[in-house]
Amino acid sequence: MADPLLRVDNLKVHFPVMRGVLWKKQVGTVHAVDGVSFTLARGETLGLVGESGCGKSTTGLAVLRMQDITAGRIEFEGQDITHHDKAQMRPLRQRLQMVYQDPYGSLNPRMKVNRIIGEPLVVHGMAPDKATYDARIAELMRTVGLLPDMADRYPHEFSGGQRQRIGIARALALEPSLIICDEPVSALDVSIQAQVVNVLQELQERLGLAYLFIAHDLSVVRHLCHRVAVMYLGRIVEIADRNALYQEPLHPYTQALMSAVPVADPVVERARKRIVVQGEVPSALNPPSGCRFHTRCPMAMDRCKTADPPLTDMGQGRSVACHLHTGA
Amino acid sequence: MSPPLLSVRHLVTRFRTARGQITAVNDVSFEVAAGETVAIVGESGSGKSVTALSILRLIPDPPGHIQSGEILFDGQDLLKMSDVEMRTVRGNRIAMIFQEPMSSLNPSLTVGMQVGEPVHLHRRAPWRMALEKARELLGLVRMSDAASRVNAYPHQFSGGMRQRAMIAMALACEPQLIIADEPTTALDVTVQAQILDLLKDLAERTGSALVLITHDLGVVARYADRVVVMYAGRVVESAPAAQLYARPRHPYTQGLMASVPRLDGDTNVRLVPIEGQPPDLARIPDGCAFAPRCNHATDTCRQAPPALRDIEPRHQVACILEV
Repeated sequence: MADPLLRVDNLKVHFPVMRGVLWKKQVGTVHAVDGVSFTLARGETLGLVGESGCGKSTTGLAVLRMQDITAGRIEFEGQDITHHDKAQMRPLRQRLQMVYQDPYGSLNPRMKVNRIIGEPLVVHGMAPDKATYDARIAELMRTVGLLPDMADRYPHEFSGGQRQRIGIARALALEPSLIICDEPVSALDVSIQAQVVNVLQELQERLGLAYLFIAHDLSVVRHLCHRVAVMYLGRIVEIADRNALYQEPLHPYTQALMSAVPVADPVVERARKRIVVQGEVPSALNPPSGCRFHTRCPMAMDRCKTADPPLTDMGQGRSVACHLHTGA
Repeated sequence: MSPPLLSVRHLVTRFRTARGQITAVNDVSFEVAAGETVAIVGESGSGKSVTALSILRLIPDPPGHIQSGEILFDGQDLLKMSDVEMRTVRGNRIAMIFQEPMSSLNPSLTVGMQVGEPVHLHRRAPWRMALEKARELLGLVRMSDAASRVNAYPHQFSGGMRQRAMIAMALACEPQLIIADEPTTALDVTVQAQILDLLKDLAERTGSALVLITHDLGVVARYADRVVVMYAGRVVESAPAAQLYARPRHPYTQGLMASVPRLDGDTNVRLVPIEGQPPDLARIPDGCAFAPRCNHATDTCRQAPPALRDIEPRHQVACILEV
């Protein structure tokens, strides 16, 4: 296999919890991301799913190097970027972009759209003259399905879906190889989500982009991703090809997550077998011992309380961290 | 057939805004039978939440007011009731569960007092008994360690627990109707399933009717008996759930179903988005509000809004197309 575009190896991001005003003292550690490994190939979409607090967004920020890393290694396009500082990251920013969740908060309300989309071009010196700049903006706007004559407007004149397209156009400006999308459609109305999902898919086919797609909506992730990693309390509990994962989830948490999502068809819903887990996600401040899911797992055994199951390769690109599947 | 428990007829609710008067709910009619679960589906601005608040007469006035219509609950028109009479209905015979459990609980009162308050107010139970009832109710919503949770404050609860407390409060007086406005939107999926299962189960056991307001077509499919689809303040389609999903008739309903990826859908086909933007309530077109985004729209559609008409028993559509 060719070198992956992105390789994340045993990534850990821990946040200290401080108490006190003058004499600050560390009283605990939040294990937001605690040993996450995955690779992402060129032109591929990897979904990162899980409930709030599972570390999916922090993982995305760490890959962007917008978050300090406690331990582990991140390689992007063959370069070790784990300890890159801002200046070292700048040339790589062209290749590594981000689309945010909130299309209202992520666009500067005082900038016109052509400046929002064009700013990366100016910063990276990719617009030598006005004509090139304007042509590129028009091209980018058309690419994401916006009319180029809207370039003179301010963000408030656009709807949520259109703003998200502006955010995508800005991310595309420097022709990146990887875009990290953090919940890019969850703030949009359902009839608008499909528009943005389709734009992302078309761009991938046309430009060969890779996406790290962070989301909690399992139906959207299934539609868009080639491979999916399921996270729980800072760990990947299962990673597999999309079809394998959705057809036969192996980890009890993946199974519970799938069965919690209702299918938009009353006939199918009535016939479905459902696994309902009890309780809520425990705090990442004091994650449970052993397997972190054992407190809610319907299939927990004695050893799950003490032994932490490693993420084990099951063949065919699937890995699972569960004693049911990996324990002898 | 016995008369419905709730019958909303030609409800119109308006708001005065800086951009002029907007009609958030426009000639909305639907019925809820005793013990039935009806889902009201729509996107932001469709008027689904304003409909719910209108039923309970909780529209802030100004800027809003209920212009016209009837809301018959158990034979009585809620819109003709005095404020005092209305207070004997609210929280007693009709209960409401809001989307944001944190902002709808009082942070300075214990959960027990809030869950017990309806019992104290409406049943005139002394506080000692009301708190006893609160303990029982928290057990009913399967709050772990209910006995000690009675004395806890909302900030000590997780999102799921707060929503359980809200459900306990709603059930306190055994209402005939529970209105839940996006009760699980702020929660994680596994907790969402727990809460909705609980709500549906308790409504069934106590015989309460449930009005579930949501934008999630999956949630509707799982829990609703009947569905009311709203767009730009109007009901565009209303049908039994199985019928609606098997054969949606209104182009907007069809569009919604085709635009949402399903957990069991075909991943090789593109989603079919509804083109255009959701309607701006301050600038609703003269005719059908969906016409600008509709592939089948004709000149007739742009002249007058189509009336809701029966196409099958219990299945109504507001579209002139022979669908």
